[in-house]
Amino acid sequence: MDIRVQAGAFDMGAELNSFAAAQSGAGAVVSFTGITRDLAEGGLERMEIEHYPGMTERALAEIAAEAEARWQLAGSLILHRYGPLTPSDPIMMVATAARHRGDAFAAAEYLMDYLKSRAPFWKKEITQAGAEWVQAKEADEDALSRWSDPDERGS
Amino acid sequence: MIELRYFAWLRERVGTGHERIETDARTVAELMSELAARDEGYALAFSDPSTIRAAVDQELADLDAPIEGAREVAFFPPMTGG
Repeated sequence: MDIRVQAGAFDMGAELNSFAAAQSGAGAVVSFTGITRDLAEGGLERMEIEHYPGMTERALAEIAAEAEARWQLAGSLILHRYGPLTPSDPIMMVATAARHRGDAFAAAEYLMDYLKSRAPFWKKEITQAGAEWVQAKEADEDALSRWSDPDERGS
Repeated sequence: MIELRYFAWLRERVGTGHERIETDARTVAELMSELAARDEGYALAFSDPSTIRAAVDQELADLDAPIEGAREVAFFPPMTGG
C-alpha cells in the first residue's frame, strides 16, 4: 500500500499511471479522485483541510490494510491533501489494483467509505461571508454499515 | 501529565490546538466533564458530547474508554475527509 498525506498538489494522471505500472499481475485498476467543489450557490473562495498528523497516516494505513485483507488486491493507493484548496483542485485520490474488476471496484468503494468518516480530516469552507466547518453527513456514517456483514463483499 | 489535542471547531472554541494537563479523570467522558467545567470556551466546546469524537493515543475511542496510562487524548468533531 502507498499512503501519502501532503500539502502539495498532485497530478492524478501521473499518479494513476505510476500506480498501474507498479502492479504485477493486475487485470484491473480502479481509481477515484475527489475534487474541491464550489458551493451550490457559488462563492467558495477556498477550502481548508485540517488533519491530525500521525493519526491520519495510521488510520489510512489501517483502512488500506483492512481492504487488502478483505479483497484480493495487488496494491492500493491513498493520497490526501491538507491545507488551503481552491475550487476544482483535486483533494484526494484512491486507487486499487486486482486481478479482476470486482475486487478493485469494491475495495475502492470501501476505502472511500472509511476514509470519509474514519480518517481524521476536517473541511472548512471559506466564502466572503465567513468560514464554516463542513458538517458530517449521516449518510456517510450509514455507508459503513454495508461493510459490516462479511458476506456482502460486493465482488 | 497527558497531552490533549483539539481539532476543527473544538480547537477554535477552546482556543488552543494542544496542551498538557494533570488529571484524575479515568475515562474520556470524565475528562470531557472536567474540561467543560474550566471556562466558557471549554463549556461551549463540550456542551454536546454527541457531536464530539475522541481518540486515545491516536486510535478512535468510545467516551467510556479508559485513559489511564495514555500519552495523548484528542477531541474533534465527526470527520469530513474525502
